[in-house]
Amino acid sequence: MPQNEYIEESIKKHGRRLDHEERKRKKEAREVHSRSAHAQKLHGLKAKLYNKKRHNEKIQMKKTIKMHEERNNKHKSDDQPVQEGAVPTYLLDRENQTRAKVLSNMIKQKRKEKAGKWSVPLPKVKGMDEAEVFKVLKTGKRKTKQWKRVVTKATFVGEGFTRKPPKYERFVRPMALRYKKAHVTHPELAATFCLPILGVKKNPSSPMYTQLGVITKGTILEVNVSELGLVTQSGKVVWGKYAQVTNNPENDGCINAVLLV
Amino acid sequence: MGGETKYHPYVKPNRYKKNDPAPPVKPPSGTTVVAQFKSLDGDVCGPPLNLPADATPEQLALLLNNLLQNEDPLPYSFLVDDTEIKTDLHLDIIHGLGRSTEDQITILYRPQAVFRVRAVTRCSSSLTGHTEAILSVCFSPDGTQLATGSGDTTVRIWDLTTETPQFTLSGHKNWVQIVAWSPDCSILASGSMDNTVRLWDPKTGKPLGDALRAHSQVITSIAWEPMHLNENCNRFASASRDGTIRIWDATLRKVILTLAGHTAPVMSVKWGGEGLIYSGSRDKTIKVWNPNEGKLVRTLEGHAHWVNHLTLSTDFILRTGPHDHTGKSFATKSEAFAAAVARYNAATADGTRKERLASCSDDFTIFLWEPSTGKKSLTRMTGHQQPVTHLSFSPDGVTLASASFDKSVKLWDGLTGTFLTTLRGHVGAVFQVCWSSDSRQVLSGSRDSTLKTWDVKNKKLRHELPGHADEVYSVDWSPAGDRVASGGKDRILKM
Repeated sequence: MPQNEYIEESIKKHGRRLDHEERKRKKEAREVHSRSAHAQKLHGLKAKLYNKKRHNEKIQMKKTIKMHEERNNKHKSDDQPVQEGAVPTYLLDRENQTRAKVLSNMIKQKRKEKAGKWSVPLPKVKGMDEAEVFKVLKTGKRKTKQWKRVVTKATFVGEGFTRKPPKYERFVRPMALRYKKAHVTHPELAATFCLPILGVKKNPSSPMYTQLGVITKGTILEVNVSELGLVTQSGKVVWGKYAQVTNNPENDGCINAVLLV
Repeated sequence: MGGETKYHPYVKPNRYKKNDPAPPVKPPSGTTVVAQFKSLDGDVCGPPLNLPADATPEQLALLLNNLLQNEDPLPYSFLVDDTEIKTDLHLDIIHGLGRSTEDQITILYRPQAVFRVRAVTRCSSSLTGHTEAILSVCFSPDGTQLATGSGDTTVRIWDLTTETPQFTLSGHKNWVQIVAWSPDCSILASGSMDNTVRLWDPKTGKPLGDALRAHSQVITSIAWEPMHLNENCNRFASASRDGTIRIWDATLRKVILTLAGHTAPVMSVKWGGEGLIYSGSRDKTIKVWNPNEGKLVRTLEGHAHWVNHLTLSTDFILRTGPHDHTGKSFATKSEAFAAAVARYNAATADGTRKERLASCSDDFTIFLWEPSTGKKSLTRMTGHQQPVTHLSFSPDGVTLASASFDKSVKLWDGLTGTFLTTLRGHVGAVFQVCWSSDSRQVLSGSRDSTLKTWDVKNKKLRHELPGHADEVYSVDWSPAGDRVASGGKDRILKM
């Protein structure tokens, strides 16, 4: 172990031997033989450890050689494989608009062919009796007249709805329970849109409820789907579709429905 | 009974009765207007004339034909200060614009196409055959064949007289993005997602050799050299997503030149009639190159986002070469070459009217350039609310149509870039737009699976062509004018 840097100093002052590089190279080449002789002479635990180390070195060396050789190889699957969803050049590298918004007409066609047209998600619904839907409203000076009823469920009244004169109004539909929009889910794409209601088509419990516009679970509504941009085969724009209510709006405060495609 | 109560039937006040249209104004008899005819290029034709104030466009056309000494009477449309004379000189100009009869009026005349393309009304056939979406549809320059490229890696050639498939050209390993015909209809080039271009012989359906490999990414656009610059029609340029444009020689099947300079995918390349190549790229610039030396001539900057598409005012002439509406076929190459040169010269008035280039971009605007003269744009056309994807100059170079994701098609003046009108009707993004060969009708294909034809004169919807089940990716109008082909995601080609 040299004390101080006299070796480095002398190298700096006088340089190295003229054949230094050559000798160094040859010495390193001879090292391989001495290593292998060493490995053969060792025995016991030392041998095992040494051999393990050498094995790892060999693996690393093989990997680097293979990587260098990759350059010369020609791969058959270098080009991108043929994928689904061919797009023309002007649509390359564009994230398509939320696909949910753009409902595919082809999917619609398939669905129509598959299932019967009028199959609904909720076929059987518990019927509502009058005591549940209406609350008696006592009127009159002595609060003895009991002919008025207040609707306790969500309702839909159309635009331009005006009440009958209060004196003759039998069914009261409170403003707080009137809804104009429904959250409609498209079953295939599992995307939900908030669409305006056009009308109540059928309430399964009673035709009287349909007339009043009462919305309960299982009611079929007609909703305005123009924002989805659907077009029929003949080129007409579709703007109304049926949807069935799936929750109890009077408990939740909103109407959730499933679109009937 | 005393005096009868008079019965006054209740007359409902008609609040919604429209005012009667103003009775037609007749000029006092004998008034004349001093007018001078001026062509589009600014040449004055004939001395100022005394015209009767109630001259109709037909009478004006007669007069003009006499003045120009045309052998066959050609149809013209007349404009004064950008308003067209539709019924009567007096009604439109003096009454409409409020001009006095004392000033001299300059009437601009514009030749219209002699032939008239019949409106496309119905789908004559739906051809199946492709197993994946059709990405590109292209008619041959003479209008006899149709080639389509699709996501199922094949190119198909269809016979138009029987409307059946003719050849299926397979060989590509990935989606075929673009098909392009050489102007003499002898070679069909197709570029694909597998980074190669393949050449085919459309008459026999056989490939002309193996794939041409040189690009490292998908080919986005192919443009052939116009016939009037090169009689043999053997050179074409291909642009790719790797940012380079390569010029190939089709007979030698080798790359002659590589034009590198763009730093982003090159979306569109066009070989201009003046011998320059224009390339628009997603790095927001358009570069003008000299193909013979391979040098960059100039860079046109101005867009704020990707440049999507380029179109030239002489596009239709360059694409169709020698073929025009008469449907004449040429016996020898030199005949065809001469006809192509003549047509090009007629379109550019022997070099006085320079080629104009229009470019559209994702920044919702369109720029109009005159690339051979300068670096500055002529006009910037704003108005769209979504990226503009496709542009098309009318065959006579006078109007420009633009299609955009905002569901509208806009028409602009091709010479100055002023806005003409918006055509609304689609409910989904409009993908492609193309013109009929007489420049009177525009066809647009959209994501909502319909095609619509619009009348340019009345600026109204002419016909709706529904029937596709899914998005329409590509439309083309045959140069011969009798057919329209459209293909899209539903894999059906409709004619």
